Amino acid sequence: MPSGVITVSYIAATILFILALGGLSNQETSRRGNLYGIIGMLIALLVTISGLVTANYGLLLGGVIIGGTVGLLLARKVEMTQMPELVAILHSLVGMAAVLVGFANFMDHSIAYTGVDKTIHDIETYLGILIGAVTFTGSVIAFGKLSAKISGKPLLLPARHWLNLGILIACIWLGVSFVEQSAAGSGLTPLLIMTVLALLFGIHMVMAIGGADMPVVISMLNSYSGWAAAATGFMLNNDLLIVVGALVGSSGAILSYIMCRAMNRRFVAVIAGGFGTSGGSAAAGTEEAGEVISIDAEGAANLLSAAKEVMIIPGYGMAVAQAQHIVNEITKHLREKGVNVRFGIHPVAGRMPGHMNVLLAEARVPYDIVFEMDEINEDFPDVDVSVVIGANDIVNPSAQEVPDSPIAGMPVLECWKGKITIVLKRSMATGYAGVDNPLFYKENTRMLFGDAKESLESVLKLLPD
Amino acid sequence: MKICVPKEVYTGEKRVATTPDVTAQLIKLGFTVAVESGAGLSASFSDDAYESAGAEIIRDTADIWLSADIILKVRAPEQSEIDQMKASQTLISFIWPAQNQSLMEQLAAKKVTVLAMDSVPRISRAQKLDALSSMANIAGYRAVVEAANHFGRFFTGQITAAGKIPPAKVMVIGAGVAGLAVIGTANSLGAIVRAFDTRPEVKEQVESMDAEFLELDYEEEGSGEGGYAKVMSDEFIKAEMELFAAQAKEVDIIITTALIPGKPAPELITEDMVKSMKDGSVIVDLAAEQGGNCKLTEPDQVMTHHGVTIIGYTDLPSRLPTQSSQLYATNIRHLLADMCPDKNGEINVDMEDEVIRGTTVIKNGEITWPPPAPKLSAAPKKAPEKKPAVEVKEIKKPGVLSYLIPFIAGGLALFGLGLVAPPEFMQHFTVFVLACFVGYMVIWNVTPSLHTPLMSVTNAISSIIIIGALLQISSENKTIMILAAIAILITSVNIFGGFAVTQRMLQMFRK
Repeated sequence: MPSGVITVSYIAATILFILALGGLSNQETSRRGNLYGIIGMLIALLVTISGLVTANYGLLLGGVIIGGTVGLLLARKVEMTQMPELVAILHSLVGMAAVLVGFANFMDHSIAYTGVDKTIHDIETYLGILIGAVTFTGSVIAFGKLSAKISGKPLLLPARHWLNLGILIACIWLGVSFVEQSAAGSGLTPLLIMTVLALLFGIHMVMAIGGADMPVVISMLNSYSGWAAAATGFMLNNDLLIVVGALVGSSGAILSYIMCRAMNRRFVAVIAGGFGTSGGSAAAGTEEAGEVISIDAEGAANLLSAAKEVMIIPGYGMAVAQAQHIVNEITKHLREKGVNVRFGIHPVAGRMPGHMNVLLAEARVPYDIVFEMDEINEDFPDVDVSVVIGANDIVNPSAQEVPDSPIAGMPVLECWKGKITIVLKRSMATGYAGVDNPLFYKENTRMLFGDAKESLESVLKLLPD
Repeated sequence: MKICVPKEVYTGEKRVATTPDVTAQLIKLGFTVAVESGAGLSASFSDDAYESAGAEIIRDTADIWLSADIILKVRAPEQSEIDQMKASQTLISFIWPAQNQSLMEQLAAKKVTVLAMDSVPRISRAQKLDALSSMANIAGYRAVVEAANHFGRFFTGQITAAGKIPPAKVMVIGAGVAGLAVIGTANSLGAIVRAFDTRPEVKEQVESMDAEFLELDYEEEGSGEGGYAKVMSDEFIKAEMELFAAQAKEVDIIITTALIPGKPAPELITEDMVKSMKDGSVIVDLAAEQGGNCKLTEPDQVMTHHGVTIIGYTDLPSRLPTQSSQLYATNIRHLLADMCPDKNGEINVDMEDEVIRGTTVIKNGEITWPPPAPKLSAAPKKAPEKKPAVEVKEIKKPGVLSYLIPFIAGGLALFGLGLVAPPEFMQHFTVFVLACFVGYMVIWNVTPSLHTPLMSVTNAISSIIIIGALLQISSENKTIMILAAIAILITSVNIFGGFAVTQRMLQMFRK
């Protein structure tokens, strides 16, 4: 196949990938966008296989078929609540592939580089493996934390910042010696040592980050997997890889930025791990706990059936309790009665960006009643009943009212400005940030204690027909 | 335990202490309920309705008093009723212990337990059993209806073929529960509403109901304990009176609700002010029972002085008997539900519970009124003097330099790269930088609700790294071949899994 055809096909694939991402700008075009992505991938694969592969077709097909089957099965089986875990584990595969391709490339001496080209090529290989390895173990740990196989609590080793710095310096030093040795034809040893260090660094980095910071971590790993692909592209002199890597890398970076802004935290602070470690006293000034007013399912049902404007604010607790379907039932019921039910979604609700939207979509909540925080936050004064399901920090008034609170300045859903807020909660425990939530003590807040799913089921039963 | 509801004996009292709905709920709590025949008649609740809700109808008044464990009433018991009470019974009704010393003594002598619905502490948790608020709300509503009834014009403004009708102007003095109800009702009739209160914190509430809050230039805090008003200084009252005098000339209707607990109502509308009002104006004095806010008010009478109708009804809640019985009965049900947490029909007068402690004025013949001061005020006390000017964080304005530095640094780095890097690398680098920008532009357009599909689809396409493995699989070096084969396997998982799960998710998003 002439190389011009391959280049043109790669350009086509690139354009299709960009269209795929562009298609996600709204729900109507998103399915078509995904199709573009599939076609782009198909073109890239077919052209590469028919044009550049010369042997070992059996092994290739075997790998694709087995891998593809596993992938399809995973995609079909996964529960929507487990999406963050799936995404994390898929990230780890990209990272691992980058490491493998990097090593294979290092051992391949069929193309001989000399001089500066050789040095640049070695640096590219080195970086590709480094990023790939960090992505790999980082994602595996993130997967473990999200699926609760590893405790979600941040693991804070003493002197961890020094440890990270040590690893960084070691990696640079190893990189220099790798380039020197590689020029002489060897260099495997520093490369292997660096890989081990990078793997350890990936583990250490994500272990230090707590459960609710996961949206940032996942987006960050998403970004890394892109940069790993881009570095591999440089290494292989392949523009398609470079472009796709850059697209994915910047996508992940933007998502990380959005998540950080939604928590009013600096990216570095999240990555450095631990919450409020620099924030000083956590509960200072918020000691003035008042009395909570609890309510039973019947009371909640009465409030809901008397309301005209209802706002539902889901959080990670809804995913844990698997309550999204029953939420949809209640929504349908109320909407049939002419109640205007809407959903307010905080950007960091759940464990990955857009997590709540997917759960609600799964339960068949129409997406045009699901709103972003910025779209509905000023509507709260007109809301009769807000229902907070398994969310805490994202509805915490102290973010606005207590200047020295660890979450001060974080944008929050201002449900307390509505007439009545019903909070579904298992107990009076504090949220992830360890900050007491004054919302629970407000006069217009009613606490409905118990498992979210069970509580909502009994509320649904008690709603008048 | 058996709850008995006798018919109210006070002349003109139309309310009743329970309704058929509440009866059913009380039975759910485990109580048995008996209602005197005809008790709910004037509030439009028939005996049949009570009976079908599960209550026993008792014809003989003496039987009611004899068989009761708990007696629910609206008005404080009269002599004839007290005589029929016996030890260990529990009475729940309005009592007004401060004004009714002898009543308290007589009840105590009977060795009964008495819970006064007027003594519910004003804390958040007790709002659901605050009968005073319920009644004040109704009184406020009814006050507007009475005013409209005696007022010769529309409340609302209109432009008709026959000419323009100006809206009525209503001034409300005292923006407590009743005052706010007046504001809401008068507003919904279309009047222009102004309100005055000595407590500045109610300004927000008044304005939230679309009324104008009248303010004095004089500064004095009027909030007393428990969210009620207190007596103000002479200078303040002088400024206040000037305000009222000015308003009186302008407004059509004045509704006064100013009360200070345990004191006679302050006199706010003088005879001169009444004289200065337009003919046909109306004053409704909700403080008539405590002496009236207007000099000329006569309790329970409608009088006309200087062309102004002055309404001094003291039984406004009783004039909406169905509504007030409903709310009062619900308040009582909440109280009983609090005292009967096990829903077994037994009440526990728990003196540790702040709400029940405050409401209980006599326990087993022992007078427990007044209760210790409430712990919390209804309005949060002002935080102890905020630190003056929390050290203003100096936000350095980013100078031109700080904008330029990244650019300069980036430019220098690129320049250095351009010096040493071979042209082929620079080509790839160009593509890389441009792709980053394209990615940046495209991703900002992605709607936040599709962030999860975005992540899974970028995941799938980042597996384009498979191309690297495809280039290597044809290698003759076995190690390279195997590494490449593994890479193909795992990236395939990613490609197929990523696209499939994205497709699955996107299919779920529907209108």
